[in-house]
Amino acid sequence: MAGLLFGRSRNLLQNKVQRFLLTFIASPTNNLPTASNFSRYESTKAQAQLDLQHHDHDDDQVIDFPGGKVGFTSEMRFISDTSHKRVPCYRVLDDDGQLMKHTNHVQIGKEMAVRMYSEMVTLQTMDNIFYEVQRQGRISFYLTSMGEEAVNIASAAALSSHDIIFPQYREPGVLLWRGFTLQQFAHQCFGNTNDFGKGRQMPIHYGSNKHNYFTISSPIATQLPQAVGAAYSLKMDGKSACAVTYCGDGGTSEGDFHAGMNFAAVMDAPVVFICRNNGWAISTPVEEQFRSDGIVVKGQAYGIWSIRVDGNDALAVYSAVHTAREIAIKEQRPVLIEALTYRVGHHSTSDDSTKYRPIDEIEYWKMERDPVSRFKRWVERNGWWSDKDELELRSSVRKQTMHAIQVAEKAQKPPLEDMFNDVYDQLSSNLEEQERILRKTIEKYPKDYPSDVPL
Amino acid sequence: MSSCVKRFGRSCASLVSKRGLSTSCIQKDAAVVAENGVKSLNLYSAINQALHIALDTDPRAYVFGEDVGFGGVFRCTTGLADRFGRSRVFNTPLCEQGIVGFGIGLAAMGNRAIAEIQFADYIFPAFDQIVNEAAKFRYRSGNQFNCGGLTIRTPYGAVGHGGHYHSQSPEAFFCHVPGIKVVIPRSPKQAKGLLLSCIRDPNPIVFFEPKWLYRLAVEDVPEDDYMLPLSEAEVIRQGCDITLVGWGAQLSIMEQACLDAEKEGISCELIDLKTLIPWDKETVEASVKKTGRLLISHEAPVTGGFGAEISASIIERCFSRLEAPVARVCGLDTPFPLVFEPFYMPTKNKILDAIKSTVNY
Repeated sequence: MAGLLFGRSRNLLQNKVQRFLLTFIASPTNNLPTASNFSRYESTKAQAQLDLQHHDHDDDQVIDFPGGKVGFTSEMRFISDTSHKRVPCYRVLDDDGQLMKHTNHVQIGKEMAVRMYSEMVTLQTMDNIFYEVQRQGRISFYLTSMGEEAVNIASAAALSSHDIIFPQYREPGVLLWRGFTLQQFAHQCFGNTNDFGKGRQMPIHYGSNKHNYFTISSPIATQLPQAVGAAYSLKMDGKSACAVTYCGDGGTSEGDFHAGMNFAAVMDAPVVFICRNNGWAISTPVEEQFRSDGIVVKGQAYGIWSIRVDGNDALAVYSAVHTAREIAIKEQRPVLIEALTYRVGHHSTSDDSTKYRPIDEIEYWKMERDPVSRFKRWVERNGWWSDKDELELRSSVRKQTMHAIQVAEKAQKPPLEDMFNDVYDQLSSNLEEQERILRKTIEKYPKDYPSDVPL
Repeated sequence: MSSCVKRFGRSCASLVSKRGLSTSCIQKDAAVVAENGVKSLNLYSAINQALHIALDTDPRAYVFGEDVGFGGVFRCTTGLADRFGRSRVFNTPLCEQGIVGFGIGLAAMGNRAIAEIQFADYIFPAFDQIVNEAAKFRYRSGNQFNCGGLTIRTPYGAVGHGGHYHSQSPEAFFCHVPGIKVVIPRSPKQAKGLLLSCIRDPNPIVFFEPKWLYRLAVEDVPEDDYMLPLSEAEVIRQGCDITLVGWGAQLSIMEQACLDAEKEGISCELIDLKTLIPWDKETVEASVKKTGRLLISHEAPVTGGFGAEISASIIERCFSRLEAPVARVCGLDTPFPLVFEPFYMPTKNKILDAIKSTVNY
């Protein structure tokens, strides 16, 4: 029924996809030789590598199995665990920020490029200052996105503000891009009365209804199947928008990753999965996380289009996400993007990653592979950015961030009643009773309780 | 107190016949048309009717889960896909955490997401989504977001031959979770009214359906769209010597014990809790203050069961009025055992004995 209501118009997109020549890996269902669809994937290297189909079967001999006809082969052949060559990584800019030869990407103009760069710098600056503020003991916790600024900002830039974000916790750049202010970030981290979350969650658990950014929860990958449910709602409402959800490489080991991918495929849900493969899940390296060729290859098994992209290349991320979004909305189907990147920072302020990974490795990624300076070189080469702009931007963002922190630090904590509100839509009788008893106890032992929480 | 509408003999096996509630008798035909917009329905048909009404009255309502498309393994979703289309009533992959996670996302977009978990025994893969996600969705966002449109229906409890994995009563796990509601109906009429309330309540709810009663319990059910209040217990039988508290299928066993006790001159008050969290302490408290005695019965294992919570709360409130220790007649602390089910169960005579010893304490 859903298929009938929202008939896929894949051919509409075909030309566009051909033009970009992105190495999206086709899902098995599209792989079947239905001529016109097949031809556009045939030439891609990735497809050749992943093409595990058997070409030697006799077309006359098929088993009419539930789920479609399957050919027979007389050869006993196991599908190998991985192909000899790993799936290549789509990039637009080389390490020096030069456009690759023969590159095909979604063009962006000066205004967009400058804004993207500025937001990357803002994120970087915010991370540096907030990290220090945590070190000074002024906030209880922080978690940076260092090294992943391009995935954050470029993916956000490629989306529409109507797209619904189901974030993990290392994508504050998406919220920043959508207009969440440095002041609002600071309010959340200080858990004051201006925090939308009313001081109930640890720092960095942002959320904003206005920005279509669902509130972050700490459990890993739980947001993936939720994004599919939201995407299904968009589909039923006929909206020209998709759901976008993020997770890390560690998250792909969770059952919810499987649930999300499989549900998305089966429901034909317009959802884009963006996996930030940054090499490390706290201290666990990807070699101890999975044996597959990363995450990109998992898409095909679920029947989902997938692409591997250089996550430190803002233009590649932008192009892939932009195109994935079009596929998701126009074809009403999910897309998986694996962004190869590196977590330059520690997992969080509770972690010291030099205990489990070489400092040289961190330094290499920080200095040689920094996505911000790489994008900057491209913007500069276009004549869109000067040293003066750079100085002004950094100084301004620094000032704004410091100011935001001062304001947030001085702001009042949320009132005690906010501890009991919102458990349900209305205060239940047991909570009424508990609040009453607690208030009596506070009256009796005021020194047992923080003095900065208004009663 | 609900009156005993019809009581008559039946040809079912003896074990089965013990499950009839006086307000919900057995009939051969699931649905017999009666007068005045009231139909005699069994419990699964009442659920089915509620789902029809929910989908009919709200275009943003969806019903989904394993095998719901063809009507469900217990037939609760019969006819829904034909009537409302496969885009609103659909099968999902066999993945409970996916079903609930999907439901949360759907509900968070302003829909009524009515998810089915095929057996409560299989709800545990979805535990994280329920406990860490659905239950905290509103609170953690400062009421910016909520998934209040989510209702998780799931059949629970003994059925005579279900063994470990088709018999469990896991309600207590969910009663430890602020942010969700837990509701269990005792009969067809209750099931329809409570389910419609749950679906329309702005909070995520786990709705446990007593699967033993799906076909067995038959009751006159109003055909119209009606809702029964949540977090309100009901005194379904009045008495003055002892208060019995239960929910779901166990109430029919408890009622039989009440009838037998009556023959011995003991007057029992029977309360259907209906909503386990947030629960109606006041009704139970008022009753125990009157009777001075409390017995709680549930199929789930006694240790850490919700009976323990009721017991503790009532002792806190009624200590000076109690004339005997609170009694609990519950499932035993073993996995649900197939062959030994008759030994495991909190049967009528176990309850009757506990009533007598509590009254004679």
